[in-house]
Order: sequence, then C-alpha cells, then structure tokens
Amino acid sequence: MTETVATEHETTESDQPGPDVDPVMHGKGVVSHATSTGVSNEKLAMWVFLGSDCLLFGALISTYLLLRHRSTHGPGPADVFDIPFTSVSSFVLLFSSLTMALAVGAIHRGDERRCRIFLTTTAMLGATFIGGQVYEFTTFVKEGLGYTTNIFGSAFYTLTGFHGAHVSIGIIFLLSLLVMSLRGKLGVDRAETVEIFGLYWHFVDIVWILIFTIVYLIP
Amino acid sequence: MAIVERPTAPLELTTGEPETIRPLGVMTRPQGTTGWKSWLTTVDHKRIGIMYGAAALFFFVLGGFEALLIRLQLAAPGQKLYSADLYNQLFTMHGVTMIFLVVIPLGAAFMNYLMPLQVGARDVAFPRLNAFSYWCFLAGGLLLNTSWFLGGGADGGWFAYAPNTGVTFSPSHGMDFYAIGLQLTGIASLVGAINLVVTVLNMRAPGMTLMKMPVFTWMGFVTQLLLVFALPVISVALFLLTFDRLFNANFFNVSEGADPLLWEHLFWIFGHPEVYILILPAFGVVSEIIPVFSRKPIFGYPFMIFSGIAIGFMGWGVWAHHMFASGMGPLSVAAFAVSTMFIAVPTGVKILNWLATMWGGKLRFTTPMLFAIGLVTMFTIGGLSGVTHAVAPSDTQQTDTYYIVAHFHYVIFGGALMGFLGGLYFWWPKVFGFLLNEKLGKWHFWTILIGFNLTFGPMHILGLQGMPRRMHTYVEGYGFDFWNMVSTIGAFIIAVSMTIFAANVLLSWRAHRRNPVNAGPDPWDARSLEWMVPSPVPSHNFDEVPTVSHLDEFWHRKYAENAEGKVVRVATGAEVAQKGDAENVHLPSPSYWPLVVAAGLPIIGYGLIFNLALAAVGGVIVVLGAFAWGYEPADDPEAHHGHGGHDDGHGDGHGDDDGDGEGELATVGSGPAGTTGEEASDD
Repeated sequence: MTETVATEHETTESDQPGPDVDPVMHGKGVVSHATSTGVSNEKLAMWVFLGSDCLLFGALISTYLLLRHRSTHGPGPADVFDIPFTSVSSFVLLFSSLTMALAVGAIHRGDERRCRIFLTTTAMLGATFIGGQVYEFTTFVKEGLGYTTNIFGSAFYTLTGFHGAHVSIGIIFLLSLLVMSLRGKLGVDRAETVEIFGLYWHFVDIVWILIFTIVYLIP
Repeated sequence: MAIVERPTAPLELTTGEPETIRPLGVMTRPQGTTGWKSWLTTVDHKRIGIMYGAAALFFFVLGGFEALLIRLQLAAPGQKLYSADLYNQLFTMHGVTMIFLVVIPLGAAFMNYLMPLQVGARDVAFPRLNAFSYWCFLAGGLLLNTSWFLGGGADGGWFAYAPNTGVTFSPSHGMDFYAIGLQLTGIASLVGAINLVVTVLNMRAPGMTLMKMPVFTWMGFVTQLLLVFALPVISVALFLLTFDRLFNANFFNVSEGADPLLWEHLFWIFGHPEVYILILPAFGVVSEIIPVFSRKPIFGYPFMIFSGIAIGFMGWGVWAHHMFASGMGPLSVAAFAVSTMFIAVPTGVKILNWLATMWGGKLRFTTPMLFAIGLVTMFTIGGLSGVTHAVAPSDTQQTDTYYIVAHFHYVIFGGALMGFLGGLYFWWPKVFGFLLNEKLGKWHFWTILIGFNLTFGPMHILGLQGMPRRMHTYVEGYGFDFWNMVSTIGAFIIAVSMTIFAANVLLSWRAHRRNPVNAGPDPWDARSLEWMVPSPVPSHNFDEVPTVSHLDEFWHRKYAENAEGKVVRVATGAEVAQKGDAENVHLPSPSYWPLVVAAGLPIIGYGLIFNLALAAVGGVIVVLGAFAWGYEPADDPEAHHGHGGHDDGHGDGHGDDDGDGEGELATVGSGPAGTTGEEASDD
C-alpha cells in the first residue's frame, strides 16, 4: 500500500541519477518502511481524521447544549431519560474498549485465535450498545418524543444518532477484520491494522463518555 | 506498478500476458496509462491535479457567466431582465460556484500537483483516496449545478442563513442541492486534506526538514490543517439544514424555539478559516514566483512560515466579525473587533516580506511576476478595507452593502485568483512541457487588472453611498447609476481578458504542436525541487529521490560561492536536473473504485431529495464499491512481496498471476479499514 510509495527515499544517498538501475529498488534487499515522522501513514491519517471528528462531535454537542431547553412543548430530557438503563449500555460500550485493547495485545503477540475471540466480543458488545440505543429510541417515541416533535427531539436524536452511526461503522469494520482473520490474512504482520482500528473504537467510546455525561447526567 | 517507463503496456507481465485482476470478481483491474479511460482510473497526483484545474476552470466559466448576468441586470436602474427570484439564484450560485468549485479546487490543483514534488515524494500518501477526493468534488459540483434543471438553483446567499433557507422561505429544492452538493465537496476536501497532511509530514525526502520546505508547501500544509478542522463544522451545519428541510427537524424552526444565531455561528466558524483556505495557497504561489523573478531568496523565510501558521491559528478567533450586525452583544463585538485587527499583523508581515524580497532584486517582469505583483497590490487594498470592517461601528453601517462585496472580491479575486493565474503561467511549462505566450499573457494581465478594478473599485463607493447587496434592482436618482454602469463594463472587460487567456492556451498549444520545443526542466531559473525533474513531469516524479541539504535545494545545486565569496553559477538547470528515464519504479496502480464510490454519493443525494429508494441504490453502490476498494491491493501485483520486498522489476516481481480473488486478499494492505471512503486508513 502506501508504504511502497512512502519509503523509497530511505536509502537514497547520492543525488546523481544512477545509470539504469535504481539503487533503492535493487539495493540491500529489505528496505525499512520508516517515514519522516516514524509513524506509519495509515496511523497518522487516522489520528488526523479523529482530530477532525472531534470538531464534528464538538459542533453537534454544542448544538445540543444550545437547543435542549428551548422546546416550546412536548417531552424534555427529564421526561424521557432512563439513567439506569443508559448507564448499563454505556458500561457495555466502555467494556468493549477493554476487549478491543485485548484484541490489539493478542495480535501483537501473534495470537490470532485470541485476537478473533476479542474482536468478536468487541463487536458483540458494540452491537449490544446499538441494540440498547434502538430500544431506547423506540421507547422514547412511544412516550411521545419523535424526531420532529420538538427541538429537543431533533437535537437529541441527531447527536446520539451520529454517535450510533460511528459505532455501527465500527462494528462493520470489526466484522471485516474478523473475516480477514478467519481467512488467515490478519497475522502479526498486520497488527497495526487492528491497532489503528482500535484508535477509532476508543475514540468513539470517549465521545460516548462525553455525550453520556453532558446529555444524560448533567441535567 | 513496476514498469511505468513502458508507456504502451505498463501492467504487462514479463510473459507478455496481460494482468487480469478482478477484485470481488467484478471488474478487471484498469491497466492503461494513455487514452481518456486512463484518466478515469488514474491515481497519479499530477493527473489528478490537472483534472482539478480543468474542472475548476470549467466551473469558473459557469460562475463567470452568472456574474455577467448579474452585472447586466444591474447595469442600469429599474431593469427587469429577470425576476427577483431568479436574481437570488444567480448571485447565490455565483458565490457558491466561485468559492467552492473554483478557488478551493484551483488551490487543490496546485497543492495536489506540487506538494508531493516539492517535498520530494513519488506520490501522495494515499493515491486512491486522492482520486476519490477529486471525483467526489466533481460529483458535488455537478450535483449542485444540476439544480438549474431540477427546479431552480439555491437562492439563499452563499452563506445560506437559516431560517431564511428553510422550506418556508425557500420552497424550491435549490437549498437541498446546496446542502448536499457542499456536503460532497466537503467530504472531498476533508479526504484530500488528511491525505496531504500525511504526505507532508511523512513523505519528505531525506534532509527535507520542515524548515527546508518551500513556502508554497508550507502554506498548503496550513491550508490543509484548516480544512481538516473547519470542514466538520460546516458538515454539521449542512446536516442540520438538510434534516430540517427534508425530514422536518426543528433546528432552525423559530416557532419551535430555535435560535437563528446557531446557523450563523456554525457557518462562520467554518467560514472564516475558509477565507484563509482560499488565500493561503495563493500566498504560497506568489512566495514561489517572487523570489525566482527577483533572483533573491525569499526575505525572512521563518517569518513567512510563522506568519502563515499564525494566520492559521488566529483565523479561528475572528469568525463573529461577520456577525456584528446580528445583535450578539457588546462584549462579543469588542472581542472579535480586536482579534480581527490583530490578524492583519501576520498578513502585513507577508506583504512586507514580498516587498523586501523584490527590494534590490534583479526583477524580471514576466507574466507570472506581473500576476504576483497584482496579488500583492490588489490584496493589500482588500486587506485595508478588511481592517475597516474590524471597526465594529463602521462595519454595522457597511454590512449588507456593496462595500462588503467590493472587499471580498478584492481579496478573493484580486488576491487568490490573481495568485492562481500567475501560478498557471509559472508552472504551465512544468505541467505541459511548453510555455504560454508571454505577449498574450501580458495582455491578459493588464486587461484583467483594468477590468477587475473597474468592476469592483466602484463598489466601494456604491456601498458607502448605501447601495444594498443582494437587491435585484435599484431606483434611479440615488447616485448609483454611473458607478453601476462602470462596474458592468469592467465585468465584461474581465470576460474579454479571460478569453485572451483561453486564446493564449490554445495558440501556445498549437504553436507547440507545430514546432515542439520542450521548455526544459527549468525555464525560469527556479529554486525548488519540482524544477529538478523534466517537463512534463514523468509519472514517477523523481528518478532518484534527492537528498536535501538547503532551503531552495535546486538553486543551491546551480549556484555556489567562488573564491572571492561571490555567488556564481556552477551548473545549468538542465545539467542538474534528472533525466526522467528511470525504469522499474514502483508506483501505485490505477483503480476504478474511487470513481465508483464517488459516483454512488450523488445518487444518494438525488435520492434524499426526490426518492429514498434511489438513495438506497446509491448507498449499495457506495458500500460495495468501498468493500471492493478495501479488498483491492493498492499496488498489485508486487503486493505479494508485501512489506519490505521492493525487489520488483526483476521479473520475479510479476509472478502474481493467480488473479482469482483469493490470492489478492493475502495482499490487502490494511484490510477493510477505510472501506467507508471517509475513514482514511487504507490506501
């Protein structure tokens, strides 16, 4: 992938063009894949993307904070939130960060079987969280808070919906990683792929801690 | 691929049998590097840069046409060439087109083409994501403009203040196209920005420390960081507007308790960094042109860099100066007035540095240099009128008058566009191998300078006399008549001037066809690494990646001090430049999937507006395309050698002819991560 483009300068010493053989390609066999910063392109890109995503959630959370108490009618936060239920599903999501970390640890040790177990567990915990969110949303709708009911409804479903979409995309990635692993394509040489995905997963969890605190607990 | 230097069949196996790779069994891997089809599948940053430039110039013609229609209507008082409604659409689409589909992509064209070359890289970090960025931008731009045929263009101004842009006040689908079209160009810019940030940080040539990077690359880097952090904010605003308009959400529904300031804040938190996104690449362009034609290094290089970074940071703290008239309170107004005056300081530093670079230099007034000086002077005028906006009491008088229109055209047209036009003349020989005609180029410059000042200069007067923006006509006898006529004449002079440019391109190309004279690697006696390779740049960029020891590395290889301490030429550019004849350079392969994924996105957009079933179809295309992308090796067939095995080109590197899908899965770089196309972790 990118490393092929990225790293051909590593062994270049002279600035005169070689005769007809490129010494980089035909030199000392294995060329290291170091980049200018030492961080791989994929990992750096994920960090930059997560930095960008911070602003996405920052804007959504600000919007929610501005609008949550401005409804003119209909249910407000205090009328619908079921803190004990959401606490449990939040704990489930937080726990999935632990299993994700264990999956990364396993693949770094080359333990593909354990990695698969922990990837599956992470996906199932994530799916449980999404299931909880679906249950919560349907309950709220039954209690009279639809997406268009009032301004709180619009802001709440949009913020938590964006987070839910992030978790769902994460689950799809987890399943894809699992399929790769089952086909034997996710060995220790690809440990960084799991690690980079882990960054995303932990980020999504941290965002949920913020949302849970700001949306559910503080009022 | 391994063998780019065989232009006829670059993906051919050593046996002569063509490579057939069918990711997910759907399509054969694209193979050609010539012909129009190869442009659809290319992942070469240079070709993508050229396509960005071509698309931007196409949209420039559209936006310019809209501008001429506006000026026709305003040429005389009381005209009724079109309805007020159509006039609203014209000025909205003119603004949106010029900002999002012309100036940003022109900057993207230069940054895509030049930044990898200037840091000494073979391509960007994620070549396929780069192709995706371009196609996604094009899809968004086309979707936005198809609104003309599907019920009318956007009509709420380029900043689309909600609730004025809600369904109540804007019942046509125009604003839906605006929101979704800009969402797509936003995704495109975000992906491109992540890509270029990683490229600059990670793929610099040996010895190319950050403080040895050319000023253009630095300004591009700051621009990309601004995009990374500004775009998600406008994305959220556009999502909220879309949900309001299409799904009856209440974000901007004032009767439900919404706050009209929400949109203004979200938009301008993006919108003010956005103006630096527009201008910083042009600053970078003239920072390359002026030293070359002054025969001096850039004056105060570190000041140039740090003032750019300072603009990047301070650009986040001034957004509310667009909102002085919104009644947000005296404290906010005072704070933002002060921060706005402050941001003039780093910009002034840049102008002083350009002047000091020219001071005492051996100036050559070529066309690119004229345009660069045009930027410095015209942007200074625009910058000064900008400082007057920082004075809040005065700004509340100027808000929504033509004074504002005059100001932002002086900075965006007189600043950004002048710089980019100079850049086109400057790098044209590098990109296409022939120089543009200097005589026509100078005609182009002087006519555009006159036309530009005739068009926008009078708007200062009109604005201070109180002529409001966005009104489709005006009444006779308010003193607006004369200057509006002047302005309209100026607009048509600009049109003539751009026709001269088109003629220049055509005639220069024909002259080159009749009598091909290659411009050579270094036609201007230039300073940075992109001039060290042949013109046009070979697809692998550098035969051998240079080791950098100086700022202006290429210049230091041409000039050195002699025994008396005098700087003398020790080699010509052609002697120092690489020959571009390296073989067996490992390059990423072309791919269909960026195009497929990008084609699915506007289908989702149309579906959201007209029929959700269509959106589902688009969604399926995007998801399948993304998975096929994820499972397609970026640089097959060598990918079998995977990490560390750059032993391709020996013939044994082409052994992966198992082409049965199974075999390739083994070579997937980092697997399905990145398969949404937005998560930039796989390419």
